Amino acid sequence: MSTQPIQASITRRPLRVSATNRMLRTGINRFVTGLAVLATLLVLAPLFAILLYLIYKGASSLNLAFFTHNPAPVGEPGGGMANSIVGSGIILALASFMGVPVGICAGLYLAEFGRGKLLGDAVRFTADVLNGVPSIVMGISVYSLIVMRERHFSAFAGGVALAIMMVPTITRTTEEMLLQVPMSVREAALGLGVSKWRTALSVSLRTASPGIITGCMLAFARVAGETAPLLFTAFGNQFWSFALTQPIAALPLQIFVYAISPYDEWHRLAWAGALVLIGLIMASVTLVRIFAGRGTVRGGRS
Amino acid sequence: MGVGILVEHLNAWYGTTHTLQDINLHIPANHATALIGPSGCGKSTFVRCLNRMHETNPIARAEGTVKMGDVDIYKDASPVEIRRRVGMVFQRPNPFPTMSIYDNVISGLKLNGFRNRRVLDETVERSLKSAALWDEVKDDLKKKSGASLSGGQQQRMCIARAIAVDPEVLLMDEPASALDPVSTSKIEDLIFQLKSQYTIVIVTHNMQQAARVAENTGFFLNGKMVEFDSTHKIFTNPSDKRTEDYITGRFG
Repeated sequence: MSTQPIQASITRRPLRVSATNRMLRTGINRFVTGLAVLATLLVLAPLFAILLYLIYKGASSLNLAFFTHNPAPVGEPGGGMANSIVGSGIILALASFMGVPVGICAGLYLAEFGRGKLLGDAVRFTADVLNGVPSIVMGISVYSLIVMRERHFSAFAGGVALAIMMVPTITRTTEEMLLQVPMSVREAALGLGVSKWRTALSVSLRTASPGIITGCMLAFARVAGETAPLLFTAFGNQFWSFALTQPIAALPLQIFVYAISPYDEWHRLAWAGALVLIGLIMASVTLVRIFAGRGTVRGGRS
Repeated sequence: MGVGILVEHLNAWYGTTHTLQDINLHIPANHATALIGPSGCGKSTFVRCLNRMHETNPIARAEGTVKMGDVDIYKDASPVEIRRRVGMVFQRPNPFPTMSIYDNVISGLKLNGFRNRRVLDETVERSLKSAALWDEVKDDLKKKSGASLSGGQQQRMCIARAIAVDPEVLLMDEPASALDPVSTSKIEDLIFQLKSQYTIVIVTHNMQQAARVAENTGFFLNGKMVEFDSTHKIFTNPSDKRTEDYITGRFG
């Protein structure tokens, strides 16, 4: 055993550096950290600006009537978006009910069974393409597939359009999250004589569930504000409707109608509607996070 | 009770690499058998062939006869059935991270659809006691995650998990190599106690460990089994020059 340095040719820097050198290094460090902070602020600034502007414009028109009344006829003051809030809830529930299971199952297939298979690659490619399809195209497709056939705009058609938009996001995040689950965890289950499908469902999916839930919430939040796919499908409604086969009101649609109208009163309602939409999305994402976090024990904590 | 294993003409491949070449050996029931050899010699592949985990890798393939009792595991049974009778403990502790200690231990039964609460409770206690972990965790069985335990405790929990399904054979792939000396000696004590009930096959890099726990030892080199004999003979009077070179530290 020799104690000579491995590469004698490298001249070692002295441990004790000069004061200027140290100041230079500290300065560079501060500069780069500052750049990172600046970039973060640049990204966050528009977000907060939008939120604050929404509150500024919309909060004044918010009152109890907004949540309990339907839109008032032209010329009449007041009115609210009660039917739109409920309508959006119905459409989104429909969309999640259809889109989340399909998306998760497709992601499960991609990660656990479709590795290196032609079908797997095809599904992955389709999901990526579908993710890039403009939402208006989705609306027209569902219009010709369902609305034309049924000869009726309907809440169901709206739900289908949004569900199709949710699937690719959920599929790809589910796949990514499942790939993060270490192989050793799967082997633990397989080694106990647990079948492959059961391992995929009860071990891989369960281990990856926090990330998958985040993916589902992202997809949900994204489609919750979609207007274009609903124009040709759910269509909108000025009155109460709970039938899935009838046109139904939705917040983004109502905001759209009010925003392009020539009336100041309706503009104010549109702002309030936008504020409520953002608030509801944030509330539902938070609620799901709280409830989904229960029931599993977390590592490291007692 | 454990069951003996008879291996005849076992060959295994990873892609085009011939990782195991014509292995023949008899592993006696209710004894501990150690497999030693340098890294990459095929001993891990060998134990993974004993519960057909080898073939879970899409590019891997195995051929030959492996008889457990009178069952040829490659002909007469499905991989899933085999793995219920052949427990496995891996090199790194691999608890199910989202499950409590209780659920980890019982996972083999629960995931196979077993639901009787009273039997599950009993099995958890019996398995954790056999794995010498009961006293350390009995108060937090359902409160703590399996991943919150220390490395040595996790590995003993994994052993408890493996014996909870009451296997006949217990495969251990370097079960103590990621653990500190205290945890290692606990695992070795455990192997010593468990071998009265199970046939144990243990892969190890630590020759003292092989000498301490195993009655028989096999020496693997470059995908072949060079020598298989009583541990005493292997370490005191090996018949093959390569075995002697390896255990005296001349290579590997």
